[in-house]
Amino acid sequence: MPKRTPLYDAHVAAGAKMVDFAGWDMPIHYGSQLEEHHKVRRDAGMFDVSHMRAVDITGSDAQAWLRRLVANDVAKLNLPGKALYSCMLNAEGGVIDDLIIYFFSPNRYRIVVNAGTADKDLAWMRKQTDGFAVTIVDRPELAMIALQGPNARAKFWAAFPEAKPASDPLIVFQAAQWNDWLIARTGYTGEDGFELTLPAADAPATWNRLLAAGIAPIGLGARDTLRLEAGMNLYGSDMDETTLPTESGLTWTLDLKDAGRDFIGKAALAAHPPQRQLVGLLLEDRGVLRSHQHVFTKQGDGDITSGSFSPTLQRSIALARVPPGVNIGDEVAVEIRGKRLKARVVKANFARHGKALI
Amino acid sequence: MSIPSTLKYTKSHEWVKLEADGSVTVGITDHAQEALGDIVFLELPDTGRTVKAGEECAVVESVKAASDIYAPVSGQVVARNEAAVDTPESVNQDAYSAWLFKLKPSDPGELAALLDAAGYAAVADEH
Repeated sequence: MPKRTPLYDAHVAAGAKMVDFAGWDMPIHYGSQLEEHHKVRRDAGMFDVSHMRAVDITGSDAQAWLRRLVANDVAKLNLPGKALYSCMLNAEGGVIDDLIIYFFSPNRYRIVVNAGTADKDLAWMRKQTDGFAVTIVDRPELAMIALQGPNARAKFWAAFPEAKPASDPLIVFQAAQWNDWLIARTGYTGEDGFELTLPAADAPATWNRLLAAGIAPIGLGARDTLRLEAGMNLYGSDMDETTLPTESGLTWTLDLKDAGRDFIGKAALAAHPPQRQLVGLLLEDRGVLRSHQHVFTKQGDGDITSGSFSPTLQRSIALARVPPGVNIGDEVAVEIRGKRLKARVVKANFARHGKALI
Repeated sequence: MSIPSTLKYTKSHEWVKLEADGSVTVGITDHAQEALGDIVFLELPDTGRTVKAGEECAVVESVKAASDIYAPVSGQVVARNEAAVDTPESVNQDAYSAWLFKLKPSDPGELAALLDAAGYAAVADEH
């Protein structure tokens, strides 16, 4: 039987359609995925992301250990609460997971990982601790609520005015401790907002207070179309252990500035130039792009890794893995039910901050 | 869930209206549109195409997924609803007004195999 978050009863009470997602019983929508999508782009919505896992890292070698564990470099973090997006690679350079690391001090960090990979990630992390003074504490008991949208912060402060002094000064990708909550100015939609990490016991009352402040509950369906419009990868669809970050649009997350730093997967990346690249596609004909559809380019074939109808653009968009040499602006063909439809290669950044970017 | 008693149905969630001129109008049921979620694209058969009962002949795509629509009886496609193609959300708004296509049945005997409202209600309950 799938696991339930502390907000399960709240979802059922709100009329959610529940589905199994990565072993969790989660809301896919509360009536209309499209309306929920627009609510986040235009106003404010909230997602239960308690299925994601927080992992606390402490110890005198915490920084040194993370500099080896992940491909981005935590040494560049010096503002307390500042966050970093990174891939955790295997020795072959494949992506074990993508994660966010919050910095509190060089001997204290928090990592947030994907739900479906959490157990695998923890097992991998624990295997890498030899010779490091580091403690890994799994925090499955914590709940997480993501508030996203142009009005999300203002509505949060209307519901929790007492949290404003701690959270108002936050810059993008920075978090602050407030009592036993962590309030982070992060998200997965391309909109401004906060992600709250809090004790499970606080979650239902917090959710209801946010609901009363006019923040609409949003399901995982809209979460997927929002992140796709923002050009953000989904682990397991757009990258996995068989793909290099350089083949997944994530070269920007590799930090090679410190030649003396040896992170897991670094040697493999140096030895294996990317054989493919991840690009954005905009369908020019009518139809809907979906994952696994075949893409034909002048340079060779590829596949769609994520595709959907974009509610903001009112067109179909996708992320696709294609041969190197395919350029932005190129015309390609996508096979849908035996027909080849016309699509254009675009920058994988379709809509953010309420606006279409294509 | 609405299941008008004036219509006939298939197990694959199409509704069928028997018209006075002997043609049939086909759409998807309220139960089907609800299960699919927000509909964003329709691919309808060309007029003049001949289809067999049970043949895939249209596609309804929601934000979530693509679903095949089957011909409820054999015959020739005589009309397609271009207005629904332009406004796919009309199928969510009223599944029984937003028809998809019309067929001229080649074997009117097949009509007897369609479900009535009570028969379809039992099918819809299982899914």
